[in-house]
Amino acid sequence: MKLKKRVPVIDQGNSLGFWGGKFGGNFVPETLKKPIEDLEVLFNKLKKDKKFINERDKYFKNWVGSPTRFIKLENLTNHIGGAQIWSKVVSDANGGAHKIYNATVHCLLAKRSGKKIICGDTGAGYAGKMLSMAAKKFGLKCKIFMGAKDIARQKPNVKAMKKNGAEVIPVYSGSQTLVDAVSECMRFWVANCDTTAMCVGSTVGPAVFVRICGWSTSQISRELKVQLIDEFGAIPKKLKLYNCVGGGSSSFGFWNEFMDYDKRQVEFIGVEAGGPKKSKKHAAPLTYGSKIGILHGAAQYVNQNSDGQIEETESISAGLDYPGISPLHCFLKDTKRARYTAASDEEALTAYKLVTKFEKLRPSLEPSHAFFVALKEAKKLSKNTVVVINSCGDAYKDRGILEERLGKKYVKSN
Amino acid sequence: MLNPISVAFKKAKAEKRPALLTYTVAGDSSKKQSLDILKSISKNADILEVGVPHNTPVADGSQIQTSAYRAIKKGIKLKNIFKIVSDFKKFDKSKPIILMGYYNMIFQYGDNNFLNKCKTSGVNGLIVVDLPWPENKNFAKKCKKKSIYFIQLLSPTTTSKRLKKIIQNSHPMNYFISMLSTTGGKLKVSPREILKNYNRIKKINPKKEIVIGFGITDKTIGKLKSADGLVVGSAICKEITRSLNSRQNPVTNVGKLVRKLKNKIK
Repeated sequence: MKLKKRVPVIDQGNSLGFWGGKFGGNFVPETLKKPIEDLEVLFNKLKKDKKFINERDKYFKNWVGSPTRFIKLENLTNHIGGAQIWSKVVSDANGGAHKIYNATVHCLLAKRSGKKIICGDTGAGYAGKMLSMAAKKFGLKCKIFMGAKDIARQKPNVKAMKKNGAEVIPVYSGSQTLVDAVSECMRFWVANCDTTAMCVGSTVGPAVFVRICGWSTSQISRELKVQLIDEFGAIPKKLKLYNCVGGGSSSFGFWNEFMDYDKRQVEFIGVEAGGPKKSKKHAAPLTYGSKIGILHGAAQYVNQNSDGQIEETESISAGLDYPGISPLHCFLKDTKRARYTAASDEEALTAYKLVTKFEKLRPSLEPSHAFFVALKEAKKLSKNTVVVINSCGDAYKDRGILEERLGKKYVKSN
Repeated sequence: MLNPISVAFKKAKAEKRPALLTYTVAGDSSKKQSLDILKSISKNADILEVGVPHNTPVADGSQIQTSAYRAIKKGIKLKNIFKIVSDFKKFDKSKPIILMGYYNMIFQYGDNNFLNKCKTSGVNGLIVVDLPWPENKNFAKKCKKKSIYFIQLLSPTTTSKRLKKIIQNSHPMNYFISMLSTTGGKLKVSPREILKNYNRIKKINPKKEIVIGFGITDKTIGKLKSADGLVVGSAICKEITRSLNSRQNPVTNVGKLVRKLKNKIK
């Protein structure tokens, strides 16, 4: 399996949508074949259309707010005493997370295809919140599917969705988390694909959704590349890009523009959710060697039992609590372009405490996983190494969990 | 030897009626009970679809989800499902059985292993909901080698060009999804409209048997009589749930429901 140079990774799949011949594809009910093909034709045309790209860039700049900050974490760098520690503060984006890029592009596509309604799934609530914002902005009706367990633990985002006029549909099946929300959303699309567009909230699902999402979040690395050159005059000789990985949309977007660099110069480190220390359950299929299976239309490494039933996951962070992983990341893992590891719930909380103690930055529980590994490794790295962590979400949505786990004063002091 | 599925269609045609296909979930609400249900309906049903429950189904409505969830909770495994099929075949050897499920379970078992096991336990056909054409080309070929029908799904969204290609490559039986819906949705299109689409498909190759499924109940089945076959699934799963909730015996109740369905298409 080989990664091609000078070809966008999203376009490296074969004619059936498989990356490396085995990840991704379109394992979908017959009813969805046509709408998916229509979306493919539209996306392939528009991603080469200058007018469409200008339109996207206009919204990214004026509405999403681009570029998001690239800042040095001076205090943490001094405290850790190893590599330089920087952060790309993607949570600056309108709405507070990277999900806005994919949501905006899907709404632009829905408008072009004449659809009046858009449906989407959400775990942490960010994908749903951003889709509800974008839908409102572009005059589309919006339906969000969200696991009942996630609705209870991510209240601020649920409130935001409703405020934006979206209908939030609780999903009570299975584990009542993201995996069930995605299933229910796909089922809704099966029954309503003639009137409704679907937005899959991450780089998962049938191949075209993986591609659209990766294309959208790549805005993050486009900005970062310019910011690095502004700051250092060139891409640093030793650059390490840390990002949490749930479905894999923020990490893919954070890395995409650096794909062709040698990994000894620009290394990618993906941090999955290891779950509670004492639990056997996790959401880290790449780290813990899960087998290839089919989930939500795509072949990928996925937590499952020997019979092929998808296993329940466990993580403090709703946004990473997904048994599968983007086919793009499976491809990056097997081609050895990226390295993957996991952080536990407790480690993410430790990192959150450390970051908020030293810096005016409040990463949500998802990027806190990446912070933990980055800070641990930065200690052993040389001063000329540049470590960048994507702070892809803001902790406001996690207030409830942080208060419960770390105490009230900790949340208030931030 | 002719596949028992084709024999069943011939028999129904001779009686000037559509074949009646039932769908029940293996292991709902227990291994034994699901076998007893198959036995109780085999007198009136022509072909038995046996659902392989999966916990992330992307095309099933709430009735079948409920049944599948009940079966999985009781610990049903693929090996138990094959056992149910072979036990049933000891009871009624000639009644055709079609397994219906999602591809990941077959993929984990291994295509060849799975098909060998289908063959030895007596499975006559397969419907794999999330393995559409042309992705299913190879797998369908493997089925053919084992004389197991791979049943292609056709939908109202399938384009004419695609319909032709699929049917050209198909085995003797195909399945037309009546409307844009998950299983068990309320019939939102008129039976006339459904039959219009059905006839359009039938014309492509009249020799292929086409069954209609999704949203068919004892209320609507009579209006679709001109099809080669009609599938009732969610309505049966619903009856099982209703029986359990009212502490009645699902085996007798489902038996009665299937007899009623049969009478409506005679």
